[in-house]
Amino acid sequence: MGYRAGDYDIIVIGAGHAGSEAALAGARMGCETLLLTINLDMVAFMPCNPSVGGPAKGHVVREIDALGGEMGRNTDKTFIQMRMLNTAKGPAVHALRAQADKFLYQHTMKETIEKQDHLTLRQGMVEDLIVEDGKCCGVVTKTGAEYRAKAVVLTTGTYLRGKVIMGELMYESGPNNQQPSLKLSDTLRRLGLELVRFKTGTPPRVHQDTIDFDKTEIQPGDDKPKYFSYETEYMEHSENQMPCWLTYTSEETHKIINDNLHRAPMFSGAIEGTGPRYCPSIEDKIVRFADKPKHQIFLEPEGRNTKEYYVQGLSTSMPEDVQLNILRSIPGLEKVEMMRTGYAIEYDAVVPTQLWPSLETKRVDSLFTAGQINGTSGYEEAAGQGVMAGINAARKVQGKSPVVIDRSKGYIGVMIDDLVTKGTNEPYRLLTSRAEYRLLLRHDNADLRLTPLGYEIGLIREERYNKFLVKKDRVETEINRMKETKFRPDEDVQAMLKACGSAPLQNTVDGLTLLRRPEVTYGMLEKLSPSSAELTDDMKEQVEIQIKYAGYIEKQFHQVERLEKMEKKRIPENIDYGIIHGLATEAKQKLSNVRPLSLGQASRISGVTPADLSILLVHLEHYNRVKAAQG
Amino acid sequence: MVEDTIAAVATALGEGSIAVVRVSGPEAVASVAGVFRSKTDLRSVASHTVHYGWINDPENGQILDEVLVTVMRAPRSFTAEDVVEVSTHGGIVAVKSVLGLLLRRGVRMAEPGEFTKRAFLNGRIDLAQAEAVIDLIRSKSERAFQLARKQAEGSISKHIVPLRGNLIELLAHVEVNIDYPEHDVAEVTAGVIRDTCGAALAQVEELLKTADEGKVLREGIVTAIVGRPNAGKSSLLNALARENKAIVTEIPGTTRDIVEETISLGGIPLRLLDTAGIRETSDIVERIGVERSRTALNEADLILLVINRQEPLHDDERQLLRELKDRPSIVVVNKIDLPGVMKLEEVTDLYPSDRIVFLSAKEGTGLGELETAVSKLFFSGSVEAADITYVSNVRHIALLHRAKSSLEDAVKAAAEGIPVDLIQIDIASAWESLGEILGDAAGESLLDEIFSKFCLGK
Repeated sequence: MGYRAGDYDIIVIGAGHAGSEAALAGARMGCETLLLTINLDMVAFMPCNPSVGGPAKGHVVREIDALGGEMGRNTDKTFIQMRMLNTAKGPAVHALRAQADKFLYQHTMKETIEKQDHLTLRQGMVEDLIVEDGKCCGVVTKTGAEYRAKAVVLTTGTYLRGKVIMGELMYESGPNNQQPSLKLSDTLRRLGLELVRFKTGTPPRVHQDTIDFDKTEIQPGDDKPKYFSYETEYMEHSENQMPCWLTYTSEETHKIINDNLHRAPMFSGAIEGTGPRYCPSIEDKIVRFADKPKHQIFLEPEGRNTKEYYVQGLSTSMPEDVQLNILRSIPGLEKVEMMRTGYAIEYDAVVPTQLWPSLETKRVDSLFTAGQINGTSGYEEAAGQGVMAGINAARKVQGKSPVVIDRSKGYIGVMIDDLVTKGTNEPYRLLTSRAEYRLLLRHDNADLRLTPLGYEIGLIREERYNKFLVKKDRVETEINRMKETKFRPDEDVQAMLKACGSAPLQNTVDGLTLLRRPEVTYGMLEKLSPSSAELTDDMKEQVEIQIKYAGYIEKQFHQVERLEKMEKKRIPENIDYGIIHGLATEAKQKLSNVRPLSLGQASRISGVTPADLSILLVHLEHYNRVKAAQG
Repeated sequence: MVEDTIAAVATALGEGSIAVVRVSGPEAVASVAGVFRSKTDLRSVASHTVHYGWINDPENGQILDEVLVTVMRAPRSFTAEDVVEVSTHGGIVAVKSVLGLLLRRGVRMAEPGEFTKRAFLNGRIDLAQAEAVIDLIRSKSERAFQLARKQAEGSISKHIVPLRGNLIELLAHVEVNIDYPEHDVAEVTAGVIRDTCGAALAQVEELLKTADEGKVLREGIVTAIVGRPNAGKSSLLNALARENKAIVTEIPGTTRDIVEETISLGGIPLRLLDTAGIRETSDIVERIGVERSRTALNEADLILLVINRQEPLHDDERQLLRELKDRPSIVVVNKIDLPGVMKLEEVTDLYPSDRIVFLSAKEGTGLGELETAVSKLFFSGSVEAADITYVSNVRHIALLHRAKSSLEDAVKAAAEGIPVDLIQIDIASAWESLGEILGDAAGESLLDEIFSKFCLGK
């Protein structure tokens, strides 16, 4: 029956957005890596919207790229539209968002994986994990193949006991009618992991030729698009982008939905999984926000060589016949042909407080989880965890300590810390408001924040790192030059100020002071006092942002510094909270459950008070002194 | 671990002719030096020296008090950090204003037991005492928590809760604009921010004004003296006032036109309710009896039931004894200088005997016992927690000041055309400062606000 099929350093189960990144990171760090997927045609598949990025999510893609991951490059290679959002707001929340050609996206990613050294891609459904002495050391597939490895990364997405729901119809299935993974949940439970049931959904897809675009508004991409990857210099398809289209639900839409609520699984009780608040189905929106007369519907092309359009805003689990009626009640879609039906999908996820910040499970040594299995939703969230799980699996194999990104260093850090410290009671989506240091976690400075780390762990190559150092150096030099440069209230300066509507200068000021005026840009000052060094647009942007917002940035750095002390205070992994005299009962329970690795992490657990932290600190000091005395 | 700089009042309230504010941490010397007016510059003085001068508010040049300042440099101090002790005049006013000034200027209010904690962490306290340190933190924190909760339920929360409500609504709107830029939710304009923050600012300023006048943020254990006519309520009040050399504050009329006085009973501040009522009724004893006391009774943290032992126990009094049995209360059996009629068993049948005190208000005898009883009831025999009550008000004021300056920044930034996501930092910090007053953890509630108010998602 079973046979020994191969030995690897790392096995990654699942080749979605998390699995692809995890496998690439592991292999690029020199580990022999096996990537197993139920269906080889589904590598890096986008089962929901054909887009990547947006606020917080786009930041994550940049971070993945800064660390040496693939999502940014892959999106740059395959986008059909690119748009920078929030440009009227501050630089921290500028966010790049791409519409991807979803078929090209997956093929391109698959090709990258296939070409990667040390990486083996294979079709196979894992049905069991091999755990010996509390350590995960292999997997067994449905076909009886037994693979051995030193670390295993689980990225099961929505496949784990997946169940598709459309109106009265319900059947076991992964996304897009893929085979679900039915047995692995039992394995995880047997290993002592607690699972929860979550739900997500997707809207119907329609045929382009049956849309009346005249009744919709065009939503074009940017003329001169930026790219996700710091490595991408120019993409020809920037000149040939595809627009999206905006329409709205009608009164008729709302009536159809209200008339059919009795057939909606959301309300009939057929759905037991918890869905995300930020991604409600159309029936949910209409019930909860009954006052809202219409809702936006974006029509998004799914690729260059397909007629399929994604109907954003219409996620639903209504019966198929109702879905068609809903679609046809929308201006522009009166005669539309539905190509795929929308559905809700329920799946099992691991309660993420059972993970260390490295994404290794506390229960099972050398078993890592990433992506939707950890209770998140979104391709970017999955990929961000995937990179980290891959990195940490590789480091585990290589006998190195795990890498954890601080909350002040990246959205990836915010997300993972939230998950492992607070858990989540709905599918977790990143939002910029989850970051307390939003101004530091900018889209523009992901490389400054994370590329040194990417280089250190071996995912950023020498050449790219050197380029990064040049950028960093030129930016710093230019900021210093602006500090030294004096602007006198002479004719040129006053004319420039007048032209941009800023008050005339009274005295001579330095460049920093002048640039901090809201109306003044670096471009204006550069004309009056050009730099002798060659600065790219990227560098100039960095100079302007760092000078203009220095006050706010410093304020946040100061906060980070203060909290850093708490973060640096380590708590031993196996501390017994039950015996700590004076800790409140609630704190004992919460701390024993989460087992935070630092005082900072402990402080973010709800129910742990400042007094509990003080007591913990005194206990740790006591512990350390006793230990030191014992030598 | 390098720490921030903390401060607290190190002496019990109201006792003694001086009060001490202790400041500890790397900025201790600099922060006191910044408000110290003297011939000497504290930054350059030797360790373990005392200096004479005045504390003044550099913002307006106002002198707060004439003080002696002691500088003890690390590591030769209680906490093994730089420590500065400012000795002010006794009473509440001086020490409170000095502490308040330091808090406004960036020093943090010490957490309960924090000086001791630092002393321990810095190796000044023996390892064997770790458990004692923990007990101290625990007990002090619990008392502080109870008191803070009590205050949060009080009048200040009535003002702050709606104020925070307006700010979080604005914040949620801003966040939606940022995280869902393509949604059909109107953009928050600079004008809206200016208006909302401006209105909030005006309210915070109003609160600060009343806080300084002591109307809203008052200190002390709210105490009601109740009893039948002619039981000796007014004599007790007079005795308490007379015995205490310092009547620390006198707070005229709140909305209900009831006069309140704060007295210090052995260092414990008692805020006496309806003292005017008591004084009045002593003249017109027949007209108003237990009825009037009842109003006060419902609002008090501590009830002193005065019983005249020259008369037999009245039904009203039996009723009160039953009611008060399970509440923080003390029975004062008055007129022990005169022959008694009342049978003590009748009282002890209904009420625990360890909370019965015998005194003569007229002669002023037995007040010490009352003091002990109150102390035992509230602070397990120690008065140290009393300072929590009044310094927490100082902390509130400092937090209001912080909220004020954040709101000022927000209004200014909105006028200057600063991007909305940056102004959000100021609005959020105002919201958090106000939340700290309520002891409210901010946590996930912003997300709740966002998703309950806005229809979002793909």
